[in-house]
Amino acid sequence: MTETMILVPMRTTKQGTTLNAGKLKDAYKETTSTAEIKQEDMDRLGLKKGDRVRLRVGTHAVVVSCIPRKIKVTDNSSGLIFMPYGPTTSALMVDGDTAGTGMPASKHLVVEIEGPLAPEEDDG
Amino acid sequence: MDKNTATEKNTTIIKNATCTFCGCVCDDMELTVDLDEKCIIKSKNACVLGKAWFSEHSVDESRPVALIDGKEASLEDAIEEAAQILVNARFPIIYGLSDTTSEAQRQAVAMADYLSANIDSTSSVCHGPTGMGLQGVGEPTTTLGEVKNRADMVVYWGCNPTDCHPRLSTHFTVMPKGMYIPNGRKDRTVINVDIRSTSTTNIADLFVQLKPGSDYELLSALRSISRGRRLNPSIEEQTGVPMATIEDVAHRLMSCNYGILFFGMGLTMTRGRHYNTGALHLLAADLNEHTHFVVKPARGHGNVTGADTVMSWQTGYPFGVNFNRGYPRHEPGEFTTTDILVRGEADAACIIASDPIANFARPAIEHLKKIPVISFDPKPTPTSQIARVALTTACYGINVPGTVYRMDDIPIPLRPAFESPFPSDLDILKPLTERIRELKAH
Ligand code: SF4
Repeated sequence: MTETMILVPMRTTKQGTTLNAGKLKDAYKETTSTAEIKQEDMDRLGLKKGDRVRLRVGTHAVVVSCIPRKIKVTDNSSGLIFMPYGPTTSALMVDGDTAGTGMPASKHLVVEIEGPLAPEEDDG
Repeated sequence: MDKNTATEKNTTIIKNATCTFCGCVCDDMELTVDLDEKCIIKSKNACVLGKAWFSEHSVDESRPVALIDGKEASLEDAIEEAAQILVNARFPIIYGLSDTTSEAQRQAVAMADYLSANIDSTSSVCHGPTGMGLQGVGEPTTTLGEVKNRADMVVYWGCNPTDCHPRLSTHFTVMPKGMYIPNGRKDRTVINVDIRSTSTTNIADLFVQLKPGSDYELLSALRSISRGRRLNPSIEEQTGVPMATIEDVAHRLMSCNYGILFFGMGLTMTRGRHYNTGALHLLAADLNEHTHFVVKPARGHGNVTGADTVMSWQTGYPFGVNFNRGYPRHEPGEFTTTDILVRGEADAACIIASDPIANFARPAIEHLKKIPVISFDPKPTPTSQIARVALTTACYGINVPGTVYRMDDIPIPLRPAFESPFPSDLDILKPLTERIRELKAH
């Protein structure tokens, strides 16, 4: 199933600890390629924990795994995807426009999410 | 330094060491250092991020001090190659600087001046819009010590310090008892404003969830109430926040004794950017008609505040500074690194303690991959992997002494734990600048 959602790159404790261990190591790559999605959105898209999804902006796409968001205080974050900031989220910042500020709007990326992907489907 | 004779290992305890992983720059670390293995085996008082920072920065002596085109090289050859690249470039850029000492930052500015280069820090993709916002409207500022001793209202807006600055709340702003806050947490109110619930929401008394991209509208609504105006009911639809909640927040802010607005990338990396941060500063200014209110950005990297500070006192501008005409000019959007790269203007880049290949927008990365890059980093990174000249450096705070600025602009001295066989950024920048001067003189 395909839907349009907003990707919000974020910082997490795990991203911080794995970053210290090394950005070329698997733990960092894994945490920065795991999307957190609200359970109700996962259900609607037919996604289970660990499923692979494709996130696409224009002609650029990445394949990441997804997990349901775990939060203590409930919120209404339907339609939002959260993923630790890193090479994967940067690959989806396809627009370098900074509106004259130096800063791309990197926390508000409109992406198309497609999944679950079959295991044999390629990245990109 | 006390020699530890209680264990068999050749260890030393460093008291009051400084953690430079995040902008809190906690200076009460007690580090147990294994001098033989050149690593930190215990970091008392550090948070989970600080513990990872200290434990993961052991020295790998097998790494070469420098690589040129992926081949091992001597430091001297690498400095010569870097100097040649920079001197022969028509539009060299220097970028990064937020994870190094202020002494190295100062040297980098001097190098940019000699090169007539562009110099910019990671601020431009972090709190650059904060600098722009506060330049326009002023900054009701403070120190973390003042917040600890006086603040009975702490607002976290678009930031998640529990994950990103774990000791901000526990050591400085929420939990500790202060001079006028005798009961610590019980005497403070914490409000979290965000588009989502985070681990910071768990410690808040009130969570205000707003629609993505509506921060400016909500800030303006709070300003209106503080100025005695009535709100148009459409604000509920625009922000997703009920009118009663907006009024409740406004009255809580107006009636506290001392309030602080901490904010993060939720304001600077979204639509509105510097308008958002300007509105936040103006809200604090307006609230000063009712009580005492201050603002602080929750700064990320350990010395990103120092990068702004050093560049400001050296050039007059905090980031995005260009020396092409022989004197400093500042223009966000023109002299900020993402824009320069996206326009394809830079023809050489010196990246100091930063990793733009992992963090920049795609078109900027694509251009960076086409030009010669010189990288300074203690660890291999995606940027060092594409660098023509990759220099291995000692880690600031762990191996290198110097000064860093905490997020509240307070300079903190570093107490390194052990020596590294690798040079510091400053150790490289000094001879590199000298060589550039020589080459420019001919
Ligand atoms: S809060 Fe920041 S500076 Fe303090 S120990 Fe944790 S990572 Fe280090």
